[in-house]
Amino acid sequence: MARIYVDGRPFNVDPKQNLLHVCLSLGFDLPYFCWHPAMGSVGACRQCAVKQFKDEQDAGGKLIMACMTPAADGTRISIKDPEAAAFRSSIIQGMMENHPHDCPVCDEGGECHLQDMTYMTGHDYRAYRFGKRTFRNQYLGPFVNHEMNRCIQCYRCVRFYREYAGGRDLNAYAMRDNVYFGRHEDGVLESEFSGNLVEVCPTGVFTDATLKRHYTRKWDLQMAPSICVHCGLGCNTSPGERYGVLRRIYNRYHGEVNGWFLCDRGRYGYEFVNSERRIRKPRVRLNGGHEAVGEDTALRRMHAILSGNRRIIGIGSPRASLESNFALRTLVGAEHFYAGMSDDEYRLVKLMIEILRRGPARIPTLREIEICDAVFVLGEDVSNTSPRMALSLRQSIRQPSMRLAEKLRIPLWLDHAVREAAQDASGPLFLATPAATRLDDIATRKFHAAADDLARLGFAVAHVLDPRAPEVGGLSEDIAALARQIAGALGGAERPLVISGPGCNSDAVIQAAANVARALCAAGRKASLSFTAHECNSIGLSLMGAGELGLAFRALREGSADTVVIVEDDLFRRAPADEVVEFLRSARHLIVMDSILSQTQAYAELVLPAGTFAEADGTLVNNEGRAQRFFQVFPPSPDIRESWRWIGDYMREDGRRESADWRNLDDVLAALAAELPALAHAIAAAPLASSRGRYQKVPREPHRYSGRTAYYANINVSEPRPPLDLDGPLSFSMEGWPAAAPPPLLPFSWAPGWNSNQQSAPKFQSEVNGPLRGGDPGVRLIEPEANAKAPYFNGIPDAFGPRQGEWLMVPLHHIFGSEELSALAPAIAELAVKPYIALNRDDAAELGVVAATEVEVLINGGAARLRVSISSDIPRGVAGVPMGLPGISGAGLSGWGRVKRI
Amino acid sequence: MEKLLTRNISNGQRVDIHSYEKAGGYEGLRKALKLSPQEITETIKKSNLRGRGGAGFPTGLKWSFVPMGPDAPRPKYLIANADEMEPGTFKDRLILERDPHQLIEGMIVASYAIQADVAYVFVRGEYVAAAGEASRAIAEAHDRHYLGKNVLGSGYSLEIYVHKSVGRYMCGEETGLLNALEGRRANPRAKPPFPQTSGLWGKPTIVNNVETLANIHHIVSRGPDWFKSLSRGKDSGTKLYGASGKVKRPGLWELPMGTTIREILEEHAGGMRDGVRFRGLLPGGASTDFLVAQHLDVPMGFDELQQHGSRLGTGTMIVLDDQTCPVGMVWNLEHFFAQESCGWCTPCWSGLAWAEKVLKAMEFGQGQEGDLEKLESICRFVAPGNTFCALAPGAAEPLQSALKYFREDFERHIREKRCPWRK
Repeated sequence: MARIYVDGRPFNVDPKQNLLHVCLSLGFDLPYFCWHPAMGSVGACRQCAVKQFKDEQDAGGKLIMACMTPAADGTRISIKDPEAAAFRSSIIQGMMENHPHDCPVCDEGGECHLQDMTYMTGHDYRAYRFGKRTFRNQYLGPFVNHEMNRCIQCYRCVRFYREYAGGRDLNAYAMRDNVYFGRHEDGVLESEFSGNLVEVCPTGVFTDATLKRHYTRKWDLQMAPSICVHCGLGCNTSPGERYGVLRRIYNRYHGEVNGWFLCDRGRYGYEFVNSERRIRKPRVRLNGGHEAVGEDTALRRMHAILSGNRRIIGIGSPRASLESNFALRTLVGAEHFYAGMSDDEYRLVKLMIEILRRGPARIPTLREIEICDAVFVLGEDVSNTSPRMALSLRQSIRQPSMRLAEKLRIPLWLDHAVREAAQDASGPLFLATPAATRLDDIATRKFHAAADDLARLGFAVAHVLDPRAPEVGGLSEDIAALARQIAGALGGAERPLVISGPGCNSDAVIQAAANVARALCAAGRKASLSFTAHECNSIGLSLMGAGELGLAFRALREGSADTVVIVEDDLFRRAPADEVVEFLRSARHLIVMDSILSQTQAYAELVLPAGTFAEADGTLVNNEGRAQRFFQVFPPSPDIRESWRWIGDYMREDGRRESADWRNLDDVLAALAAELPALAHAIAAAPLASSRGRYQKVPREPHRYSGRTAYYANINVSEPRPPLDLDGPLSFSMEGWPAAAPPPLLPFSWAPGWNSNQQSAPKFQSEVNGPLRGGDPGVRLIEPEANAKAPYFNGIPDAFGPRQGEWLMVPLHHIFGSEELSALAPAIAELAVKPYIALNRDDAAELGVVAATEVEVLINGGAARLRVSISSDIPRGVAGVPMGLPGISGAGLSGWGRVKRI
Repeated sequence: MEKLLTRNISNGQRVDIHSYEKAGGYEGLRKALKLSPQEITETIKKSNLRGRGGAGFPTGLKWSFVPMGPDAPRPKYLIANADEMEPGTFKDRLILERDPHQLIEGMIVASYAIQADVAYVFVRGEYVAAAGEASRAIAEAHDRHYLGKNVLGSGYSLEIYVHKSVGRYMCGEETGLLNALEGRRANPRAKPPFPQTSGLWGKPTIVNNVETLANIHHIVSRGPDWFKSLSRGKDSGTKLYGASGKVKRPGLWELPMGTTIREILEEHAGGMRDGVRFRGLLPGGASTDFLVAQHLDVPMGFDELQQHGSRLGTGTMIVLDDQTCPVGMVWNLEHFFAQESCGWCTPCWSGLAWAEKVLKAMEFGQGQEGDLEKLESICRFVAPGNTFCALAPGAAEPLQSALKYFREDFERHIREKRCPWRK
């Protein structure tokens, strides 16, 4: 600890930090622009100037930049000093020379850091009387809008985009007061983290292009704490709604999960909520089609189908909340509850959970991944299945830079100096995947092979690390050498990390990853092991336990059941189309609850509209085993309910005892806790609905929310009562006590004087960039057993052998397009890949096809016409098919397929 | 007086390797290779040689911060800063174009002293002839084993490359130069860490001015005491002094350090042209404060000029006469500095652009009440420490001093709503 004096008052602070960091941590309002808690200091904007004094006697002092000065013991500074204050005001004046002052028409207005800092420094009179420089703006794609005239040259955009996120197509051009931040030409930003520019930019240069189409000011948004539903990482988000339309997603800071940043799928996938493919009314089958009905009719029909029926099975979903899955499980009984996942994936996720529970390696948080100093990714294209994790990996490779900087006594926050000293020193990152990934540019070595060969590499690495791990026979010298290199890097690291996942559809790959982590632990390393999960509640559903989907099919086939209730799942994504059709057709009754139309519902007798994440409360378990609560952002029309509520309402009417006391979410969670010990702590993910801070709920609407009294004036001039929220301690109103909200209940980040999302976040952190005050949200449900003595897996597969005339089909995941819900958002859809089949160059030549040739692909009983994409990365005998795109049935399932010329 | 830097330069001809060697060239290198690197650094320290690029930092001291010994990071670099873009300055050009071996020999000795593996001549893009001469000299030195593997059988190896700059003032700033050399924007870097420990590509690096380096082998060969004795002032050695403006004989002269302004102006430059009168001068390039008649007897030395509110800078003075509008002159300079701001820190890019516009407005009769106060406040705004590097504080020097010495001229521009010098 160092003792520093700020305006005469002593404080104990961390001497490893800079003065700006510690001043903000201490709660001082010190203006800044270019510094960012995640990106460190570069000293460009000069906004955080303070007066530093040599000692107590020094009355003069000199101006210094707080962000560039270490918080050394004995430092004496003044923030209030008139000269420092005047200088800070002059900085704003300088920035404002060319700024267009177009706040009223600027999307940033109301949450603009430049507005805040202008106000904070007191600059209020424009003395500059000359012409302003102007720029031509660029088209940057469907996510980000560009308005360069507003730029204040803080360089945050290029620092985030290039240095933090590894993008290449955004840069600073020209010089003087004329620096241009953009692309070399108009075009879609290539980085999958481009949306963060919207939040990183302190003013309105980069704004949300999707928000622009249905623009609403921050102060007019109704917001709630939410969890991203577009992959299994569980990033915390803050969605905003007005007039029943979801307007945008902003990052919600979580110290251990997403930190300050989201991926573009997570930020822009939200528009599925407003999609025309939403189910907004209950529908019943009538004359071969569906007809919309009221909720009473729907419940009556439900009653008619289910009441007294003992031949019901339920299919839960990895994208439905714990509560909805549990309600279904309660409705049908545990033994009739099945997982709406492909059998492969479900088996793999259960295997992953078993490995993680057995230990000894611990699951790292994304924050912990950032400081891992050697990483081995086995069989998973993290960059496309769990993009935010890839961003953390991009930070982890900087660990050698950090050590080098420490040696040179360069403070780690002095960003450019650290990067300069380190040059291309980058941490060991080994990628072993079937095809190229978006992380290949930073890989120490990459290895592209079929799953069996990937598994063999993993097993070989484990054996090098610990000879007690099974040995791989018949390994080529190349692969053996690679295994030694990987083992050497992991074994020599302080915090090695192994990452895998279900992406390869291979048990062996996951077991090999487990062996590597196990061997590292055996060698005394503090190894961590992370598995990705492809959907927002894959882990939650698997922890709950269910029968395999194939068994559900069998139950119907064998006649032990004839009624099916499906919650938020499209079975056509889970099993080959012919099997699904047979299953759905053979059901006497089929009830589907979902938020979006899918192929599955076409077969349903009754379709019930389920709330999306924005219209529902629920709990999701991320890949880290962290249960996190999402809260309703806005009350949907009364016809739309959470799936658990539909089921609960029905069961109560039916007089079922199990759900007699389900009045709200907490009751469902309490029942779940009583029934399922593994998930018992999920109820602690957020405060109970009855909890209150200062006797009040937490308002979802900001204090400046406008038009409340006129909102429904076209219907009734009397202001209606705000809707009641039974399920959470938040109100659908601007009344309440926002300041007292514990982290899981923070609907948005906003503090007096700090209106912007990123810059107000420190006001809620225990120290800048640290955990939220009161603890980061969520409870971890999976921890390794103490004194774990897990045996090694020894199911080493044979080396992959290509087959004549057949290809091993592997699903290739795409950040844009592979995930079901986000693919419905127009901006994401615009960037989604078109269906294709990736073939090795030599295989394509042998087959006599070239790029873009249309071929017929036969997989898993389905056929599709796809265009050939030639890849030099994909191994021979293996073909890649994009995951989850419409029109490719059975993709995502492993298996051998044929490719025919047309 | 004995000359070092220009002793071989007598006519318009370039000094080639033969005449350079004949005049005792590369003897300094032979002598240096017999000494230890530390001994050379000590010698340079003792000689009190100060950087000739403008800042006047003691050269030997700078070198002593380079990590030495077997554990030092490699490769290490030495860079000759030949990005001579300071307005009014053309001294390094003389050495480069006429006697480039003076630089090359100095670079080899300096490189040996810090045990550099690679050296660069970072030369201003417009200096086409200079870059050519430097390249030719390097090739000649290579042929005679002054360069390359195992220099003169000493076991020490060095390569020198010429890098042509793209022509921005910021490329001449020590750390901006390093970024430019790495292929990045020529933005300055934060110090610390200093280039001596983390410089080019993150490795220990010394950046010295051309003229500084051209002194090195002479000092090694003849000793620090001899070098000190050359000077007339507190600093050691000789200096390339220059003068431009409406003087009778604009030019460049190697003179003892500490020669007075008057001697340079009146004896060497021949005084003002007939019909014009002296009003003031910028002693060391555009980024130094104006001095006026009362300062004519001040010696042109680092400390002496500092005492009178200016700087030696590059030692090449720009002379202002009574037929030239001081506002117009300062506008011209501020236009240059605003133009050359890299755009990194706010005071520089915003302050200089504003100052330039105010000066332009004044010069064209659109000056307003309060403009002088605005200019003064910009000078305070871009004071040293407030900005990221020295560009903007340097840009403020001619402006703040012009406001002090020629205030009446500025006021007339505003009062009369025109430039009195424009017809």
